[in-house]
Amino acid sequence: MSLFLLALLAAAASGVPGLFLRRKGGEVAAGLLGLAAVLGLWASLRVLSGVPGGAVTLRTASLGAPGFLVLDPLAAFFAIPVLLLSVAGALYSLGYWEGRRGNTPALRLVYGLLTASLLMLVMASHALTFLLAWEGMAITAFLLVMAEDREPETRRAGWIYLVATHTGTLLLFAAFALLAKIHGHSGFAALPTGLAATRGGTALFALFLLGFGFKAGVLPLHFWLPPAHAAAPSHVSALMSGVMLKMGILGLVRFLSWVPDPPIWWGGALVALGALSGVLGVAFALGQHDLKRLLAYHSIENIGIILLGLGLGALGKSLGNPVMQTLGFAGALLHVVNHSLFKGLLFLSAGSVLHATGTRNLEQLGGLGQRMPWTSGAFLAGSWAICGLPPLNGFVSEWLIYLGAFRGLGPNLGPGRQGWPVVILLSLALIGALALACFAKAFGAVFLGLPRTGTAARAHEAPRTMLLPMGLLALACLAIGVAPILFAPALGRVADAMGPATGAALPALAGLPMISLVALVLGLLALLLWRWLRPMPRRDDRPTWDCGYAAPDARMQYTASSFADGLVRGLRWALRPAVHLPKVSGWFPRPTRYESHVPDPILDRAAAPALRFTVRGAALLRIAQGGALPVYLLYVLLTLLALLVWMVA
Amino acid sequence: MVRSLLPTMLQVLLHGLTVLLLPPLLPGLIAKTKAVMAGRKGPPVFQLYYDLAKLARKQAVFSRTTTWVFLAGPVGGVAAGLAASCLVPFGHTPAPVSFEGDVILFAYLFGLARFLTILSALDTGSSFEGMGAAREATFSALAEPALFLGFAALAKATSSLSLGTMLAFPGSLTARFTGPLILVLAGWAIVYLAENSRIPVDDPNTHLELTMIHEVMVLDHSGRPFALVLYGASLKLLVLGALILTPALPRAPQAWQNWLAFYAALGLLAVAVGLVESSMARFRMTKVPQFLVAGVLATGFAFLLLLV
Repeated sequence: MSLFLLALLAAAASGVPGLFLRRKGGEVAAGLLGLAAVLGLWASLRVLSGVPGGAVTLRTASLGAPGFLVLDPLAAFFAIPVLLLSVAGALYSLGYWEGRRGNTPALRLVYGLLTASLLMLVMASHALTFLLAWEGMAITAFLLVMAEDREPETRRAGWIYLVATHTGTLLLFAAFALLAKIHGHSGFAALPTGLAATRGGTALFALFLLGFGFKAGVLPLHFWLPPAHAAAPSHVSALMSGVMLKMGILGLVRFLSWVPDPPIWWGGALVALGALSGVLGVAFALGQHDLKRLLAYHSIENIGIILLGLGLGALGKSLGNPVMQTLGFAGALLHVVNHSLFKGLLFLSAGSVLHATGTRNLEQLGGLGQRMPWTSGAFLAGSWAICGLPPLNGFVSEWLIYLGAFRGLGPNLGPGRQGWPVVILLSLALIGALALACFAKAFGAVFLGLPRTGTAARAHEAPRTMLLPMGLLALACLAIGVAPILFAPALGRVADAMGPATGAALPALAGLPMISLVALVLGLLALLLWRWLRPMPRRDDRPTWDCGYAAPDARMQYTASSFADGLVRGLRWALRPAVHLPKVSGWFPRPTRYESHVPDPILDRAAAPALRFTVRGAALLRIAQGGALPVYLLYVLLTLLALLVWMVA
Repeated sequence: MVRSLLPTMLQVLLHGLTVLLLPPLLPGLIAKTKAVMAGRKGPPVFQLYYDLAKLARKQAVFSRTTTWVFLAGPVGGVAAGLAASCLVPFGHTPAPVSFEGDVILFAYLFGLARFLTILSALDTGSSFEGMGAAREATFSALAEPALFLGFAALAKATSSLSLGTMLAFPGSLTARFTGPLILVLAGWAIVYLAENSRIPVDDPNTHLELTMIHEVMVLDHSGRPFALVLYGASLKLLVLGALILTPALPRAPQAWQNWLAFYAALGLLAVAVGLVESSMARFRMTKVPQFLVAGVLATGFAFLLLLV
């Protein structure tokens, strides 16, 4: 515990020396965050290997809580991605951000504070510490999103994010107040049996689901996410998408772990929301032209996959089916870590592309594979993992959820309940196929083919400080994918926290070593075939076959939009793409343009109007608050008079 | 369990040899069937073997735009196909590798092959290959749910999650399961035609780049990489064929009878594909999704039937 607190302090202080140093502030910050990662990972891994973690308790009778900060397996588990990604991001920022803008020291300071808030949040076991850390996280993240506040787009993104996160926090305040009324104190503790089925239990579930749903980016509460992720500096996007969204999941997981008997419809609601976020998240991603917005929509999709797993686990818990429960929760939790690894990797490599070319627009890139081989390898590894393809880590967590859902088909669940496992299976299959299409599009448009613009043609490889963290994250993805059995005991211990001890069965899964075996076979076969291809006679100087056309051009390539067009058109009932068709008329038509993009309907049609309405409502208050001092004095006088009258009467 | 005369090692060896040597025969059989139906003599059945031997000796030409990703498609396609072939039982002969949940790995290995093939097509920067890649990605989004609904139905019927036990279904066949099984196989037959890019989804013999799906993605491959592409395609015919043949095969008491039955069924499947190709034209590209949705519906109904 003390090691972990030390890590927290190191993270919080990481940006402070940089305020006073003229040079090397970034290196010092990265070093401190590295120290924090070593200490924190050591403490977390000890807890995950079964050593009790300890707690911070203030003996204040009036608060009457068991502890303020507890390093339990769940906290240790969620701390791992926080520590890994924050140090990877800090290292990356040395080449990516340092010296670009005047606000670098401030950004470093806030980055360290965000890491510290996240570390405090995972340990929080009292409403007070939890909400404190939650607000700390929300505000520091807002400041980081606003790093480039000269851009109007960034200011708008930051503003929407701030509104969304505080709406969520408001709901959480209500939820924790309700919880405190039930327990008689504000500490985190298991709920009494039978409560979940009452009206209070329903209210609690709804409030937590909405409050945490805002943070996690569950559809339709996701609208703040794509603009904020696109506007933030890339290493901040990596931390936000990889870790901050997961804090919403952490909240839901903590809540589910308190409930001994969740009603079946809770699991159903989680599965339904997961299917919605998963399928529509990837569908919206297909329609994007902006690389970072595309990745942000994929975060929504992956939150959907995590919710599918959580819903499966909750269903298993309600039905008393330990296999469904363990596999569902374990799959969801492993996907939390997996997603933070590969999404961090993807955002960092997208940042390299942005750094090298200055654009995030897929249609202006292309051919970067020849110019940035390492970055392209990193992006490919991330795409491979996020599509859930073996032998990388995304496959393992999806495999666990699939397995749980298939197992849920077996026993007779009774009428009306058999549908949920099938919904999970179908959504996962559909998400898998669509994600594959979307990443083929993204990787193809950015790294393959010919450069579509001059800036893309002049791109250069990223410096080593940026490549190193990407390489480390890619290795972590490979390790979990190839040898999942190594991580099963720790995962089982975390899954145990979700209910009666069942997670211990996880390492006994016969499939985990077999996945490694098949991964090994796959690798060996690929190596053999590669060696067979190496010595072949070849010539490398021909153009691509273009049906005999003599002057092939980079503009003739298939664009990202055309690649996704078939799917976007098939899903137009949900996506509502805005298409501007060219008008061609007359004998000598003028030059014209074709344009299409997929806007976010929730943001444009629901959230933004609601926001405008609220702002207009708030304007009414200005009648009372005009800023004139005499009027305020009058208010004070009137209040005094009213009090006087009330006391006399 | 079948009492096998051959020791397990020999079975595995035979499995491996079948996977390595047999696949190129299947396209030959299909082509021969089509030729006979059209009243032509047609190329020899072993034509693909000759082609592969020739390609292995030829010089490969690479476009200036390509990177190493261009080779990852052929290599990954064959490696993933071979790895998947370890998981599927050939008739009632058990698969070399079998564990709970191998169905998912099986399906995702084909996903991996598709992903790498698409990327290697995009690596050339050709608009034709981009078109083919986009179509492949689009249509597979519909084939995948059909495949998984079929798995769900079989998993429900057999309470198992391993291809070995799920597909060896008729061993305990009762009247209740016949209907769903037929529906699953019908749905999977559609997936089989689509995944192997046969008529009515795709025409491997067409000469117009604009209308192709799979063939257009490999326009720029030549020499040894192209040999891998051709072998990988025929491997897919075999491995996915095993998937849809096994549930339909009767179980024989002797191991050699099971092998024989499997080979005979495989031959018949190739002839059947040839007959389909001879008797109908390719669908318009806009009709293909409807055809695939029929597959989803068939497997979906199979699952529904098992619920009642």
